[in-house]
Amino acid sequence: MDAIANWFAAHPQFSAALIACVKAVVILLATVLVAAWMIWLERRLLGLWQDRYGPNRIGPFGLGQVVADMIKIFFKEDWIPPFVDKFTFIFAPALAMGLMLMMFAVVPVVPGWGVADLNIGLLLFLALAGLEVYAVMLGGWSSNSKYALLGGLRVTAQTVSYEVFMGIALMGIVMLAGSFNLRDIVQHQIDGYWNIIPQFFGFCTFVVAAVAVVHRTPFDLPEAESELAAGFHTEYSGMKFGMFFVGEYVGIVLVSAITVVLFFGGWSGPGVASHPWLAFPWFALKCLFFMSGFILLRASLPRPRYDQMMAAGWKVCLPLSLINLLGTAAVVLAQGS
Amino acid sequence: MTLSAANLFFYFAALIAVVSTLFVITGKNPVHALLNLVVSLLAVAGMFFMLGAPFAGVLEVIVYAGAIMVLFVFVVMMLNLGKATTEQERAWLKPRSWLAPAALAGLLLAGLLTVLAGGGGHPAALAEVDAKQVGIVLFGPYLLAVELASMLLLAALVAAYHLGKHD
Repeated sequence: MDAIANWFAAHPQFSAALIACVKAVVILLATVLVAAWMIWLERRLLGLWQDRYGPNRIGPFGLGQVVADMIKIFFKEDWIPPFVDKFTFIFAPALAMGLMLMMFAVVPVVPGWGVADLNIGLLLFLALAGLEVYAVMLGGWSSNSKYALLGGLRVTAQTVSYEVFMGIALMGIVMLAGSFNLRDIVQHQIDGYWNIIPQFFGFCTFVVAAVAVVHRTPFDLPEAESELAAGFHTEYSGMKFGMFFVGEYVGIVLVSAITVVLFFGGWSGPGVASHPWLAFPWFALKCLFFMSGFILLRASLPRPRYDQMMAAGWKVCLPLSLINLLGTAAVVLAQGS
Repeated sequence: MTLSAANLFFYFAALIAVVSTLFVITGKNPVHALLNLVVSLLAVAGMFFMLGAPFAGVLEVIVYAGAIMVLFVFVVMMLNLGKATTEQERAWLKPRSWLAPAALAGLLLAGLLTVLAGGGGHPAALAEVDAKQVGIVLFGPYLLAVELASMLLLAALVAAYHLGKHD
């Protein structure tokens, strides 16, 4: 044992890299586990809000339902229909889940915990969110069936439209903090006040865009079951469908974490300065709040018509985020001079 | 030239870019060709990262891979070309039609090699160019070009609005 300890002491770079790798794997596993747990949380909360029980049979509070569902989905027949474009059909679900997990690399969880401390962190998030559209698009196209194709077309138009002002909505924060680095943005909020106060319109447009980009209700028109069967993943089964399904929950966790980091001070909260261990509970609590918010949206709001959704994006949210950008720029300039 | 990890990654990304671009040209299926083009753009973004320009690299991903190529794939998806187009492409891609473009590309390569042989190459990652520096240059020496480009985009926007307008 001593020999190993001495070797690590003699190679500080190697041990630092090893610790960083272990931390990254812990964050990755925690993300996937929380995403799987959210399936249970969503069903229980929906039950609560709709006056019924939800899954409560297996294990404490019905928590074993997630494990049972996962075991079932792993052993289901993984059927590839003969008419699909095989490579893209297999590639699309992997892309859906992989890109969502990659975006977690830029999320600063607490001081000292986070995968990558990038100077362009926020831009990397937007870039990967832009690539995410390929997953659903290719899933819809490669399935070679009309419902999947229509779902793919809808998701592409929706994501491209809403991504435009998602980026613009966040630029006000970048101006205030003077950096694309998410750790700098959190530090700027700890030094001043949370971004929700000066960037309220940025927050509103960002949350609308975020719901649309992870295509959750009320913006789940790409998989509207009343008109498109299951939308872009109609032809998927077994674990490939599972990847799309869990990928959506990873997306909710990710968007909640990004919202917390950008607008609600990340890990900051009462008592963190004197008790640093409180940083993670605060971060987790804030994330849980927004994750539950996503579920409440699903429980309470109906789906709009597709043209209403596109019109709301281009005619309300885009001008609002542009005005917010101009206003923030004017204030920053006035304060700077 | 030292073969550090950064250099190695640069050549790796460059190799991927060249190979995937070759697949774009020789591909018979339009969607697969476009996907190869996306891979090529991502590889070029990786090269920008290694050259110390992460801002340019991320913009390459956001603008080209994440927006422009999405629209290309979108249009090809809507046309839903199918097997007939693949056959047509196969018929069109004869060696004779390769000759002229290959000759022009060869000339370009010769010119590029002459310039590089003159010692114009910069080693990778000498200095990092961040977003602030790019902004200062864009709104300093290149202000006129930026304004002209924005006028062009505005004209395109107005034209698109006119074409899409319901009477």
